Amino acid sequence: MADLISQPALTGLPVTLGRATVAALDPGRVTSIAPYPGRDLSTALAPLRFPAPGEVVSNGSIRLVWAGREMAFLLGAPAPDLTGLAAVTDQSDGWVWVSLEGDDAAAVLARLSPLDLRPASFAPGTAARSTLNHLPALIIRTSETRFELASFRSMAGTLKEELHHAMQAVAARAAL
Amino acid sequence: MRIPCPCCGPRDRREFTYYGASDYLDRPAEGADLEAWDNYLHLRDNPAGVTRDLWYHDPCQAWLEVTRNTVTHEILSAHPVSEVSA
Repeated sequence: MADLISQPALTGLPVTLGRATVAALDPGRVTSIAPYPGRDLSTALAPLRFPAPGEVVSNGSIRLVWAGREMAFLLGAPAPDLTGLAAVTDQSDGWVWVSLEGDDAAAVLARLSPLDLRPASFAPGTAARSTLNHLPALIIRTSETRFELASFRSMAGTLKEELHHAMQAVAARAAL
Repeated sequence: MRIPCPCCGPRDRREFTYYGASDYLDRPAEGADLEAWDNYLHLRDNPAGVTRDLWYHDPCQAWLEVTRNTVTHEILSAHPVSEVSA
């Protein structure tokens, strides 16, 4: 069998402009879990549980993040055996992840996403599916000034480009 | 324009894709006459006022039946199609 070499989806990171830094992020293994209708996953997922919309359920470094209607992403650990309970798919190589951090992180994101990013409506410790311009994205807010962004790996270059433009604009406005 | 996604809460119109009138939910039964199919495919009301249509919320992958007013642009309600047709 061919000896495959893993390649990062993004190069040239981290980048800091003004008060925001975008850096590559390795979330570990990523598995989507989509429960079949009417199945109870609570025993199989313990000590985690299936997240409600927008919720991030964590246990140490393992996280189960809501990622869409009746779907969650398990980050940082192999999936438990969910045979007959849920559709389980390895997504590790399908998504690209970056972190966006700094006092202007929310201002940068606000230029790309229509989400209401005020902490009162998008609280630290929660997740949202939204868009970054035309890119579909999963956005996890880990603190008021730090976000983890995921988009399709085939669009990694566009993700970096969009973030770079927004960071330039926010930094330029701050420098006026 | 903001649409209240039952799953995600109120979201900007940019996150949604329009499909068409909610007439698409009333598909004629197999063997229905030609007139029923003609109505289903081609005949639409064009009300100045309350109308119902289908929108897809791209981020969370939910189909919604949205009731809105074409005159005031008010969004009156949004329900998942999976519940409407169940």
